[in-house]
Amino acid sequence: MANESSSLRTPMGRVRHLGSAKSGTHHAWMMRVTSMALIPLTILFVCILISLVGADPVSARATLGSTGVAVVMLLFILAGVYHMQLGMQTIIEDYIHGHNAKTWAILLNLAFSAVIGLACVYAVLKLSFV
Amino acid sequence: MAEVNQNPASLAQRRPLSPHLQIYRPMLTMMMSITHRITGAALYVGTLLLAWYLIAAAGDAKSFAAAQSFFGSWFGRIILFGYTLALFIHLLGGVRHAIWDSGRGFDAKSREFLAQATLIGGVALTVVVWIFAYIAR
Repeated sequence: MANESSSLRTPMGRVRHLGSAKSGTHHAWMMRVTSMALIPLTILFVCILISLVGADPVSARATLGSTGVAVVMLLFILAGVYHMQLGMQTIIEDYIHGHNAKTWAILLNLAFSAVIGLACVYAVLKLSFV
Repeated sequence: MAEVNQNPASLAQRRPLSPHLQIYRPMLTMMMSITHRITGAALYVGTLLLAWYLIAAAGDAKSFAAAQSFFGSWFGRIILFGYTLALFIHLLGGVRHAIWDSGRGFDAKSREFLAQATLIGGVALTVVVWIFAYIAR
């Protein structure tokens, strides 16, 4: 290859066809985007929780199912679950170095985040439409 | 480069060392950096509480009553207090990172201030929220 000496790619990387996927900053960027969204959403989420303290079951359900509260809760859940999935993946990549263990941990993290996210969204929608 | 021709003994002496956490004297900026990761991991687990609460609310009366009585118990309140503390310290830690992302606050004085503000602000916001919660009750 003509530019072999100037290339930063390793021979093994070249053999495996590992190259830039043009998505190197996506993880870091989405971390920032979700964190910005979560500043107002967290404040509103805490306000909603305060309004639920000591509420009887009927009024607590009515509050959670009202349009404004449900929309804030859905946004908080979606941004929060995305944010925590990204954060936990960083922790996994920092501390788990074995290829198989790391891959499984990242998959389990995705599964946990997806299940928690969908369960919360399903519950909020059920409270909204029942 | 001439450096390559060193004998092995002196290379071993001169090789760069990477001291890990236990080598450094604990400092507030470093403790708050670690705290940001620990609170983040705690909030990750804490989503189980939110999921339980919402699913119980969407479920039958018995399951919601069980969730409400847990969160109202002294043990549940300690857990929720810890969740609130982790939430606000992580929130302010995120604001601190956003300030750094904007290219500001890197000098020693600002770093120390931001670390203190994250800790003190997080505790203060938690106490304020719990005062409001008790008034609301």
